[in-house]
Amino acid sequence: MLQRFIDWRMNYVLVLAIIVFVVPLLMDNPFYFDLATQILIIAATVVGLNLLVGYAGQISLGHAGFYGMGAYFSAIATTTYNWPPLLAIVVAAAVVGLIAYVVGRPILRLKGHYLSMATLAVGFIIAIILNNESELTGGPDGMSVVPLSLFGWELSTFGLYSMFGFEIPGHIAWYLVAGVLLLVAVVVAQNIIDSPIGRALRSIHGSEIAARTVGVDTTHYKSLVFVVSAIYASVMGSVFAHFTGFITPAIAGFDYSIVLITMVVLGGMASPMGVILGAVVLKLMPQFLAGFQEYETAIFGFILMATMIFMPKGFYPTAMNALRRKLGRYSGGEA
Amino acid sequence: MFSEFLQFLFTGITIGATYALVALGFTIIYNASHVINFAQGEFLMIGGMATVSFMGMGIPMFFAIILAVLLACLVGVALQRLAIAPAKNADVVTLIIITIGASIFIRGIAQVVWGKDYHVVPPFTGNEPIRLGGAVLNSQSLWVIGIGAVLVVALIVFFTRTLIGRAILGTSMNKLAAQLVGIKTQMVLMLAFGLSALLGSVAGVTVAPITFTSYDIGILLALKGFVAAAMGGLGSGLGAVVGGLLLGIVESMTAGYISSEYKDAVAFSMILLVLFFMPRGLFGGRTVERV
Repeated sequence: MLQRFIDWRMNYVLVLAIIVFVVPLLMDNPFYFDLATQILIIAATVVGLNLLVGYAGQISLGHAGFYGMGAYFSAIATTTYNWPPLLAIVVAAAVVGLIAYVVGRPILRLKGHYLSMATLAVGFIIAIILNNESELTGGPDGMSVVPLSLFGWELSTFGLYSMFGFEIPGHIAWYLVAGVLLLVAVVVAQNIIDSPIGRALRSIHGSEIAARTVGVDTTHYKSLVFVVSAIYASVMGSVFAHFTGFITPAIAGFDYSIVLITMVVLGGMASPMGVILGAVVLKLMPQFLAGFQEYETAIFGFILMATMIFMPKGFYPTAMNALRRKLGRYSGGEA
Repeated sequence: MFSEFLQFLFTGITIGATYALVALGFTIIYNASHVINFAQGEFLMIGGMATVSFMGMGIPMFFAIILAVLLACLVGVALQRLAIAPAKNADVVTLIIITIGASIFIRGIAQVVWGKDYHVVPPFTGNEPIRLGGAVLNSQSLWVIGIGAVLVVALIVFFTRTLIGRAILGTSMNKLAAQLVGIKTQMVLMLAFGLSALLGSVAGVTVAPITFTSYDIGILLALKGFVAAAMGGLGSGLGAVVGGLLLGIVESMTAGYISSEYKDAVAFSMILLVLFFMPRGLFGGRTVERV
């Protein structure tokens, strides 16, 4: 029974689900729920980015661009043009996916630093457009966004909802929605990884030329995973816009792209639990550093540097390896 | 009409010379260690800010600049010793994040030491603008272009005529072979970071009288320098200089004739166009990939 659970490829999803649904029992402050919901949303984004960076081994230093595009598409469609939010999210995902495909084809031929340069450029251009087209986007001051609603049923952090006979305040309802979204994001990602597509991606990571030699259409798979990860970012960007009710172009900027890719690498590439942990750590760190006031930036940079120097594989794999050594048994499976 | 064009050209060449020096800094480090150093822009910041603070202590400008450049070189060498060297087997992404972490760290320290205000470095020689064909040329611009040109020539001499320069070139071509003929590659790497910091800080202090300086100017300058280096072809010195000047001129023309809001977008659109058609930049090296 235990052995079957250990061997089950989705076992960590169950662990994750338990964590996600137990955590709210330990919190009572709306501020914590707000933070936790943001973490869940960003974690789901990073799970998508991990497909590109962790599995296919391609760098993107501009992913926040897609996140911002999704957020702004939803914001403008629902707030300015009164579209229903769900429709806006879906259309935004389709549009962003298409843009990622068109841009990705020529870009993904590039390698290493040229690829990071090109993705960085794409992200920057998107952020500059969002900043400058202020008639549409409100410019650097940002714009407000209507709450999420489904067939007239509105989900707002300030609302009060009854579910299964319980009274649930809006901030907890939002947390639960974001939690379910993260679980869906993880299950979809794991299914992609376990499919032939996942094998193709890993072969590209190993050696692109070898992959091509044995007949893997590397161009096709690279642009496929680029589009998939952009759609992840777009959907979660839309969700984030409806959740916070107010967005600024900063969410599409270079700094935010760096935050996203750092979450992937810091937590542990190619491990869904790892990148989620990365999102949690990176999002919580400023909360703990806030007490250091003016030293906050310096300490943040130092921790980032030191972690990557001493744990180049990231937190999660390093911790897991230490744990395995302690338990004195070797397990070859991916955690 | 023509004077307007000339004016934009002067501005473009001035800022382009700065980009070229940043790009050369990228190139030197990239050649020696295959690292893209995202903290490159912080050297410019240190150059300008430290000069301001040394001058505030009553040190004459010339010596203040020298001290500032030395400080930047020290930071560059420390960066290599303490952050890059211990992570030598890390992935490209990991190295990128380490240098980004370093740049955030340096920026954080600068913010504590120098505050968040803009600082002014006085022009090297007077304020009188020079009139040329109806356009106005700032005398500080001549300093930027002149010092840039001198540094480029000095670098060429350094890399082709001196033993140390050739040792760096040798290490960049084949590290193992360089070690076999007795080159201390660890020293070479430190030297490359120091040299790159020197270029950055000199560029930072010469351009500071025109653009002002503050603790956070480094990021955008580093990214523009990276664009210039990639446009010319990573690892090519000529490419870095051409890329920098080209970028500066096109940017200034866009700001003048099209839209100053989209000035920054130009750099990034240009690099995309170049990479679409020439995946290794304008002067990029071989396209053979070793398996």
